[in-house]
Amino acid sequence: MNSQERVYTPYRGPFDPCPPVPFKTFVVPPNQFITFQPPDLQQFSLPEALRAGTLWPALFSPYESKCRGEN
Amino acid sequence: MEANPCEPRYYEMLEQLQILDFALVELNLYLNTHPEDLRSIQQFNQLTQERTRLAKQFQELYGPLQNFGRAYSKCPWEWNQSPWPWQV
Amino acid sequence: MWIYEKKLQYPVRVSKCDVRMARYLMEQYGGADGELAAALRYMNQRYSIPDKVIGVLNDISTEEFAHLEMIATMIYKLTKDATIEQLEAAGLGPNYATRDHALFYNNAAGVPFTATYIAAKGDPLADLYEDIAAEEKARATYQWLIDMTDDVDLQDSLKFLREREIIHAIRFKESVQILIEDREKKKVF
Repeated sequence: MNSQERVYTPYRGPFDPCPPVPFKTFVVPPNQFITFQPPDLQQFSLPEALRAGTLWPALFSPYESKCRGEN
Repeated sequence: MEANPCEPRYYEMLEQLQILDFALVELNLYLNTHPEDLRSIQQFNQLTQERTRLAKQFQELYGPLQNFGRAYSKCPWEWNQSPWPWQV
Repeated sequence: MWIYEKKLQYPVRVSKCDVRMARYLMEQYGGADGELAAALRYMNQRYSIPDKVIGVLNDISTEEFAHLEMIATMIYKLTKDATIEQLEAAGLGPNYATRDHALFYNNAAGVPFTATYIAAKGDPLADLYEDIAAEEKARATYQWLIDMTDDVDLQDSLKFLREREIIHAIRFKESVQILIEDREKKKVF
């Protein structure tokens, strides 16, 4: 499991009309653990940095689409 | 503009420029809050030098990146020529 | 002043003719937590913030305008060749009735942009915390947009924009720390 992901189970009421979702997730990106970026963090190569959207792997947050390709 | 902006080299050079410029944006924002980080300032200055060189090459082939006196023009006036960034 | 640069910050590729996404992407064009709101919010706050963090607001605002152009590029590419039927099926019939294929600063529900989306409290910490919240909300919006498309190229550009929100939030948090710890101006009589 992605270490930036948190999981919780929504409360299930006895009269909920729809099939319940088993769990919900949310993202906790690295910026939640940094109040001030330390100097000399390891860097991506410059082409990798553009693709990642940041120069520093320690600040990178992956996100994958929940779309299953039916659109 | 001498070269065709739809050729592969246009996209390759554009991406090289985007790569350098992205690192410069990232370092610029970082240095705004870390003004004493000498190593990052050195990296910023070195990439600025590379960026200046690459932008000059790019502009010679595909026309000006900036207007209002930041780049020279051939005749006819190159700035107003397509394609614009959202078209390529 | 500003000098326009004739290139996008990041390549925008849209590989699927999916007009529906154009409508949803408008949330980041003219929505409350969109790029226009971000750019205007920070650019306006810079006049009433301590000098030490003016640059942060100035430069992040400028980058947000580059992101606004990326979002516009996505919407433009998704709608430029769309037929009236395709626009209507995507819920953009009302947009066509008003302005043909023109873009406009609306959110995904078609509500036009309003200055009430942005705030300026004049208190440096209140404004910076507003900015941090704005970045987190924009990050979340990008997640929901990424969830709604299976076009991996469109996802790629949206992932870039999402990561930028994370970096901007760090810079605003650092700005808060800089102001909290700024004791050099303490007067000793």
